[in-house]
Amino acid sequence: METVVEVKNLVKKFGNFVANDNLTFEVKKGEIFGFLGANGAGKTTAIKILCGLSTPTSGELNIAGFNIYTEREKIKKNIGYMSQKFSLYDDLTIAENIKFYGGIYGLSLKKIKEKTIKYIEALNLEQYTKKMVAELPLGIKQKLAFMVSVIHEPKIVFLDEPTSGVDPITRRQFWDMIYNEANKGTTIFVTTHYMDEAEYCNRISIMVDGKIEALDTPANLKKTFNSNNMENVFIQLARKATRID
Amino acid sequence: MNLSVKISNISKKFNATIALNSINCEINKGEIFGFIGPDGAGKTTLFRILTSLIIPDTGTAIVDGDNVVSDYKLLRNKLGYMPGRFSLYQDLTVEENLKFFAGVFKTSIKENYHLIEPIYKQIEPFKNRRAGKLSGGMKQKLALSCALIHKPNVLFLDEPTTGVDAVSRKEFWEMLKHLKSNELTIVVSTPYMDEAAQCDRVALIQKGEILDINTPQNIVNSFSHKLFALKCDNMYELNIESQTNKNTHSAYLFGETIHWVAKSEECKMNFISEINAKNFKNFEILQIQPSIEDCFMELMTK
Repeated sequence: METVVEVKNLVKKFGNFVANDNLTFEVKKGEIFGFLGANGAGKTTAIKILCGLSTPTSGELNIAGFNIYTEREKIKKNIGYMSQKFSLYDDLTIAENIKFYGGIYGLSLKKIKEKTIKYIEALNLEQYTKKMVAELPLGIKQKLAFMVSVIHEPKIVFLDEPTSGVDPITRRQFWDMIYNEANKGTTIFVTTHYMDEAEYCNRISIMVDGKIEALDTPANLKKTFNSNNMENVFIQLARKATRID
Repeated sequence: MNLSVKISNISKKFNATIALNSINCEINKGEIFGFIGPDGAGKTTLFRILTSLIIPDTGTAIVDGDNVVSDYKLLRNKLGYMPGRFSLYQDLTVEENLKFFAGVFKTSIKENYHLIEPIYKQIEPFKNRRAGKLSGGMKQKLALSCALIHKPNVLFLDEPTTGVDAVSRKEFWEMLKHLKSNELTIVVSTPYMDEAAQCDRVALIQKGEILDINTPQNIVNSFSHKLFALKCDNMYELNIESQTNKNTHSAYLFGETIHWVAKSEECKMNFISEINAKNFKNFEILQIQPSIEDCFMELMTK
């Protein structure tokens, strides 16, 4: 199976502070990879690097087949990104948002039109098309944001706490969408604070103080840490943290 | 007086959006009471009304014996409020922030130090650091200390654990349990359903309406169906199958299993034989106790 994310000995320092301390992992095509860690463990720093927004201090990284040092612009074109904090533009309509993101990623107008019709149908948004995104219920907005994040059919999509604060039914519908996308072969790289969602991932890494302390399937992690749920595994590992953050 | 908060028919609209639709709720003295619901449920609007920061369109709310509209001046001295967004002064130090809040309420750190000691002493080594430079967990502890320094009778905590990792969340609830006493009512909101279990009583809230108010145990007990956990090797296919199967009342992914309810006992038997016929590898079905989240979803779809 094709490797979509290849990270070898990633180190990122800010002055004397080691935010990412020798991370090594791989993510395969179509895999749902959960990237967990306590606040301040170094997740955001790593994600920024993987998305081509920041360069590592050292290490060998290949994302979607491109080199992190020399091909960052190509990486950006071949990945998708969404988070709870930043997804769609509130003061644009649904169609305008789709057109904007489609345009940014260089889709033809014809293709953008197709996608617009498809998304509006899939989410039953007919009544909302002319409305500003700000007026959409949060759940629908998050689902639309996810669709838009994969509008250019990227090899990998980064989801940074995509379901934070969303109601429990929508949260599950969101995961149904993630499963679907992964089933089509898109790699999913996701962070979450909901430990039940960690169970939905094929594999999980847990970061503590800048290092990956555990990396395995949810079932194996539970076995290793002698726990019946992921929350317990997470707490056992994260309690070891010594950084004040 | 055993009531700490009495909310009667409170409604609030913002333009065409109904934030709260005729809310009724009573909170007892000394209780840890939770408003559990997703973003947009109306939790923050309700907290702003209860802390006298905005005025409801209709209805009344009495907090610690005072009307939130007409007696707001009296009331503000007796309540503590920690908003969802960090709202301390970023460019003041830890100690300066605490001094400021004590000063506003005409008290001193010394006078009420015993109240905040277990929390504040964890951040006291950093008392000369600016609040803006603190980590998330430390900011939270400082904000809680500032909300407590004037010895309030009622403490309102609006989503104190949102976006916080599982370890810090656990620690925060432990702090709240230490604070619990007959003199202090704690009203807290959260989008995390599993935190309901930490409260004495909870109100489940969705789209401006209260779905249920009870102890977490009673809410779970009132789940009126048999709930089953389904599992097999191919969860992706099983999830689609159980959601689309005609015998299904509800099916939701839930950690490593699918929580499933049948339309009837007969439907359950039909479902099992259909699943067996389709050869799902290592299929297991097990009756389980519902969680608050199961109850919430059931109430949402009623």
